[in-house]
Amino acid sequence: MEVKEIDQVMEKYGSDPADILGILMDIQEKERYLPRETLDYLSKKLDLPMTKLYRMATFYEALSLKPLGRHQIHVCMGTACHVRGAARILDKLESQLSIKAGEVTPDLNFGLKTVNCVGACALGPVVQVDGEYHGNMSALKVERMLKKYSGSENKEAE
Amino acid sequence: MFRLNSVGELEKLRAEISEKRDTGKPCITTCLGTGCHAYASYDVYDALAEEIDARGLKEKIELRGTGCHGFCEQGPIVVIFPSEICYCRVQPEDAADILAALMEDKVVDRLLYEDPVSGQKYEREDEIPFYKNQNRLILGQNRLIDPQNIEDYFAQGGYKALAKALTDMTPEDVLAEVKKANLRGRGGGGFPAGVKWETTRQAPEKEKYVVVNADEGDPGAYMDRSLLEGNPHLVLEGLILGAYAIGAAEGFVYVRQEYPLAVDNLSRAVEQAQGYGLLGDNILGSGFNFRVRIKRGAGAFVSGESSALVSAIEGQVGEPRPKHINTAISGLWGKPTNLNNVETWANVPFIIERGADWFNGIGNEGNKGTKIFSLVGKVNNTGLVEVPMGIPLRKIIEDIGGGIPQGKKFKAVQTGGPSGGCIPEQHLDTPVDFDRLQELGSMMGSGGMIVMDENNCMVDVAKYFMNFLKDESCGKCTSCREGTKRMYEILEAITKGEGRAGDIELLEELAWVTEKTSLCALGQTAANPVLSTLRYFREEYEAHINEKRCPAKVCKALIRYTIDPEKCDGCGRCQRNCPEEAISGELKSPLVIDTDRCSRCGICLEVCRRDAVVVE
Repeated sequence: MEVKEIDQVMEKYGSDPADILGILMDIQEKERYLPRETLDYLSKKLDLPMTKLYRMATFYEALSLKPLGRHQIHVCMGTACHVRGAARILDKLESQLSIKAGEVTPDLNFGLKTVNCVGACALGPVVQVDGEYHGNMSALKVERMLKKYSGSENKEAE
Repeated sequence: MFRLNSVGELEKLRAEISEKRDTGKPCITTCLGTGCHAYASYDVYDALAEEIDARGLKEKIELRGTGCHGFCEQGPIVVIFPSEICYCRVQPEDAADILAALMEDKVVDRLLYEDPVSGQKYEREDEIPFYKNQNRLILGQNRLIDPQNIEDYFAQGGYKALAKALTDMTPEDVLAEVKKANLRGRGGGGFPAGVKWETTRQAPEKEKYVVVNADEGDPGAYMDRSLLEGNPHLVLEGLILGAYAIGAAEGFVYVRQEYPLAVDNLSRAVEQAQGYGLLGDNILGSGFNFRVRIKRGAGAFVSGESSALVSAIEGQVGEPRPKHINTAISGLWGKPTNLNNVETWANVPFIIERGADWFNGIGNEGNKGTKIFSLVGKVNNTGLVEVPMGIPLRKIIEDIGGGIPQGKKFKAVQTGGPSGGCIPEQHLDTPVDFDRLQELGSMMGSGGMIVMDENNCMVDVAKYFMNFLKDESCGKCTSCREGTKRMYEILEAITKGEGRAGDIELLEELAWVTEKTSLCALGQTAANPVLSTLRYFREEYEAHINEKRCPAKVCKALIRYTIDPEKCDGCGRCQRNCPEEAISGELKSPLVIDTDRCSRCGICLEVCRRDAVVVE
């Protein structure tokens, strides 16, 4: 990330160390993760120790020290979705993508995460991909859903 | 938008808005809450807009996107005003029919709500049993308001309570009224809000803060989300009233980042309120100053705990702190801070405008007002319901919820989120309030109400909650960090058929230690789901441990999928769809599942048209 861009983000929050979470989240949204060099720069500019930034990054689920997938798959594991069988859907996704929840596929196309309740319980079980909601999901529907996001990379492989 | 310098100017504006609207012009509303949004209600809205345009009716018909109507199972929901005809499960293709019917003063029969049991259809929204049995005091405005348009809020009487408070009441009067109303916190704790306000007001420091806790973390609960998305000004007005009563000049709304629409709509509402002089300096010419800032959470359940939330706003990690001194006395940056839940704040304008006596007329002894619940899981009418406190659980699940789908049998209802417990059938006539549910080993909590049927395993449910808590534990307290982890491991072993004699007793002991020695409510109540399922469903635990059997047929290691040769016609659908290639056999003759390869994914059960797949 360019120094200029990082400065812009900091300015949005008045370069206030108390708003470090907001700053980190904006960077996360831009870069899909928190690059080490960016954290070094923030640490110097905001006079916050790296240990603090590391602590924030590892405490909050929304922040990531490693790049997320181009398409982020969030499987809702809220109670309502759970009782409607969300666990089976997660199993199918893990097996289909050959990764576990919390990981990213080697080609960085898909990242898989479990999330705790997206608040769309009537549609449960819910899987969110890039913010798009897929409701009334089942293990059977997983393959078809993934095809929508496979793009040209996978098409060539087929 | 222009600055209102006095209450008089506000009332003048309100009268102007009402007059402009009093034309009897039909209005088509489309629910744009997150639930309906996931059902593509935005496409429905666009289709309706196009249809109105195509017919040249833009000046004659108003189209409005509103907040959540609550009947999420039937979304996308479209309601026509003034007739209040309610259309359910509307698709973009239905737009033409809806307009045609409106022009001819008719209804589109196929889009009306149909009762799944009786088959009866209902035209008006307030006739539908789901709505009829509720008391939609707080949520009721959602259907009338476009959350992006403050004028809609004005038209509904918005900010009248604030005007009344700033002209006719002193801060002490406002506080006294909230105290008299016996408003108890809606976030789960049920602590009397008025008492908390008073403590904050009386704390010696001059600089004080008010905070809205919008970190709604209980999985399965989305009441606060719908309030913030659908009627952000209601919450803001409550907050401003609270700030006035307590003497705070600055407030924060801490919203979880998983609610982007709520953050959006709330930010816009704050800007609009500022523009009209309802926030900022010299509000409505009263001399009272108050500013609001919005802060986002970043995916940590524990940050919803009051002291953790205060830490998070300060820019620390959102971990709880020792509370021998209350946040009401020493909170944000050491200053007195009053923190309340979204729904709690939303009640305040009603209490101030209509009075505490009116509020005390709703609910039962010690539990006044209404409560919003998210009724979800194995229930026909999934959605947000608002009922007076003290209503029997059965009424919510059966009369409003419409009972269990597919004719299955009710097993339990989980309330209070990860801090709560499961309530079985024999206690369904219990009144729902803060106190009675606690007696049963659960709690009302923030309002999540998850219905479970005969196909849910209660040991699995306990394991689910413990898994959640072990991941969300901040790790500070050894008892919580290690306790949730060990309880989870024991539960996981039990569901895998590796349970041992003495496991139940060990769970009970761990529960006791974790409760007694954890710093915050996450650890203190972590064992509730286990203890409550043990209390009412002990035989399920015993079956898992002693017989290696899951009576509900859920726990993967303890079940097998087989094909009934009498029913199977060898069509091969299951074989084609099996991801593990575990099904073998010739077409047209009964197929067989290889249990060793089978991953219990349930796909074969889903695709079989002959009910030939059996789980045993």
